[in-house]
Amino acid sequence: MEGFAELLDRLVLTPQRNGKIKLLADYFRETPDPERGFALAAITRDLDLASVKPAMLRALVAERVDPELFAYSYDYVGDLAETISLIWPAPEQRRANRPPMLSEIVETLSQTSRREGPLLVARWLDDLDASGRYALLKLVTGGLRIGVSARLAKQALADFGRVDVTEIEELWHGLKPPYETLFAWLEGRGTRPTSLAAAPFRPVMLATALDEADFPKLDAADYAAEWKWDGIRVQAVAEDGMRRIYSRTGDDISHAFPDILDAMDFEGAIDGELLVGRLGENGIVAGTFGDLQQRLNRKIVTAKQLSDYPAFVRAYDLLQEGNQEMGEDLRPLPFSERRKRLDAFVEDLDPQRFDLSPLVAFSSFEELAAFRSAPPHPIIEGLMLKRHDSPYVPGRPKGPWFKWKRDPFTVDAVIVYAQRGHGKRSSYYSDFTFAVWTGPEDDPSLVPVGKAYFGFTDEELRLLDRFVRENTTERFGPVRAVRAEPDHGLVVEVAFEGLNRSTRHKSGVAMRFPRFSRLRWDKPPREADRLEALEKLLIG
Amino acid sequence: MRPEELLRPTPQGLCCPPGDFHIDPVRPVERALITHGHADHARAGHGHVLATQETLDIMRLRYGEDFAGSTQAVTFGETVTINGLTVRFHPAGHVLGSAQIAVEQNGMRIVVSGDYKRQADPTCQGFEPVACDVFITEATFALPVFRHPDAAHEIALLLKSVAQFPERSHIVGAYALGKAQRVISLIRQAGYDKPIYIHGALQKLCDYYQSQGIDLGDLQPATLEEGDSRDFAGAIVVGPPSAFVDRWARRFPDPLACFASGWMRIRQRAKQQGVELPLIISDHCDWDELTDTIREIAPDEVWVTHGREEALVRWCTLAGIPARPLHLVGYEDEGD
Repeated sequence: MEGFAELLDRLVLTPQRNGKIKLLADYFRETPDPERGFALAAITRDLDLASVKPAMLRALVAERVDPELFAYSYDYVGDLAETISLIWPAPEQRRANRPPMLSEIVETLSQTSRREGPLLVARWLDDLDASGRYALLKLVTGGLRIGVSARLAKQALADFGRVDVTEIEELWHGLKPPYETLFAWLEGRGTRPTSLAAAPFRPVMLATALDEADFPKLDAADYAAEWKWDGIRVQAVAEDGMRRIYSRTGDDISHAFPDILDAMDFEGAIDGELLVGRLGENGIVAGTFGDLQQRLNRKIVTAKQLSDYPAFVRAYDLLQEGNQEMGEDLRPLPFSERRKRLDAFVEDLDPQRFDLSPLVAFSSFEELAAFRSAPPHPIIEGLMLKRHDSPYVPGRPKGPWFKWKRDPFTVDAVIVYAQRGHGKRSSYYSDFTFAVWTGPEDDPSLVPVGKAYFGFTDEELRLLDRFVRENTTERFGPVRAVRAEPDHGLVVEVAFEGLNRSTRHKSGVAMRFPRFSRLRWDKPPREADRLEALEKLLIG
Repeated sequence: MRPEELLRPTPQGLCCPPGDFHIDPVRPVERALITHGHADHARAGHGHVLATQETLDIMRLRYGEDFAGSTQAVTFGETVTINGLTVRFHPAGHVLGSAQIAVEQNGMRIVVSGDYKRQADPTCQGFEPVACDVFITEATFALPVFRHPDAAHEIALLLKSVAQFPERSHIVGAYALGKAQRVISLIRQAGYDKPIYIHGALQKLCDYYQSQGIDLGDLQPATLEEGDSRDFAGAIVVGPPSAFVDRWARRFPDPLACFASGWMRIRQRAKQQGVELPLIISDHCDWDELTDTIREIAPDEVWVTHGREEALVRWCTLAGIPARPLHLVGYEDEGD
């Protein structure tokens, strides 16, 4: 448990992706089975433990600590698990010769009743140090939020075993904690585990961005085009009674979409875009990304959400037809062939839940450019180009598939706050909050509409940093407010991919993927945009 | 006599009316007794200063030759008589030269502990418990959540990280007086013998510590000359905590911010300050040290100064020891 606790302590405070991967990979290297496997499962949240309620923990600590001293402490620390981990008094006599292992904790908890849980937890708290207690409490209360996605943990496994991350993703859903066969393979001590699970994930094929310079090298006749929909890329897989919906990175998100699962009465694997929409006379009318967000990242879906925001899959590709044993893996076939098979396959599916992403017929890239600048639906974010002869391969090979995104939206905004960055940027003000004007024309005020921390060069960052330091009006810890008045301040052109309504932001809008596209040193803040200009872009 | 007749809080700091002196006054006074060299306790501009030789040296280094009208050095255990009352200095274990001050008259003894700690520290003399009627204690970390781990454990975390990320430079924030030298000394005790790079603000005090026989090993300035190709990759750099958010830090490749402080016990504190590797190393008592010290000294009464007075007063009440907060102002609660 001590190694795991130390790892968590480091991960929580390490902002850089590469730093986290290194910490994880080193941990896997120096930790034996089954400890590391349970740690991995805790991080990817594949551990199913009987949880202990915060009220039970409060009761445990109340038996040991004066309530007034606890109240002062909790008030100071702010986090219940952290307060308890720090304040827990060392027992008069230590019971164990060594602190418990994570594997012992997981194995013991999986065999105990809810009633016995708190007693066990109390005994472990006695045997652990403060870091270990914190890790234990986060684990048993189900609050292990440490800024590490399952995807990042898989990347660390890939680095550790020097394999491609898609290999891990492909295997993942057939494996169970503590993953001993996986570690044996990654350490070169065993064979590659075969995925025995039905309805496995198949690593996704991705497109590279189309550069204008690429056109002379491309022949329009080699490519099919289709719209790029602004939802989330998914894989819907059904096999031998098992139905799963995977995200692009292989996370199982089935539980959030029972409406689609119900309609998956097929055998095969469809690659498509998950969207929200309703079946009309001419097919499904897709809703906005904001509508889709009503259905994302939810543990439980209510009947109202299901009826207000019905989900469907707009199919791009067919990867498997039939089950693994008797059916056919279509991935080696050319795209044109897979697409024919897909057309026939989708025809038999529930039209409320599955439809086809239509191909866009074109004869020249000039013609296609015209389509791109006037897409037929607001939630189209551009075009996809796919070579007719391209097999479906994992990863992002350059050449067979291109994405050709619509030009971003831009807005001229005023910088109002700046925050210090992390790592290499820790001495720079590099994270900026920007605002636009709102209120009466003769007495406007600035309302923040977003945050951005890239889109500028190192040289521009130096200038931005100097501007912040020389124009600070107030400080709040690592954040500084900067001068932003009609005739004094800094205007930036911000590029973004779309706009959603937001109830969380005062402005009522939330930008997708904002970044600086130009610094407008020349422009006085009074000439920056007004909120109304953004509101016009809201769709739906 | 009542203890309040011997020592009482005033806006200038703790005042001893019968002795006509102040202890650690925050404003210039005629006669000052100083516990240790940290800036919030040792200020320039007093008429006469009584302190240990080390504390006087440190004040001279920081404020120049004219930091006081006149000075008098006192050794630990030596009895000094001022206006018929007795004053003795005893080691406090906080930083080099730090002292507790025992003031005594008519059989009434009050010990002003200043800042103190009980953990081992290779750079200063350890705390000496002194029996007394009233014990005046600091309360910087007086909450039961503050329990400092063994400092050697924290240094091991630092050295592990240095090995793990050899392409980055580890910048350790540590207060210039005491903490910086203690951290360097602990790194040396752990067997690290490469040069340690220090910020210019640490130079004079590190030199002074070395001159007092405290071995800090090979220290080099963390500066880059024009055309210098060194890049500090893999190096340990020690600087004042304010420095790593300063432009100064930009000379280092991908700096990894560490901070040696008792405050690092609280994760949110570390996070807010952009600290990647918190090192819980403190020159103040943690909760257990405070309560154990009070039990050990067993005074008739405890007066609590700067920090989280209310929690320590509460503990004393539960333990049946009369206690009250002193509400002294001007001492930095943050400095550790």
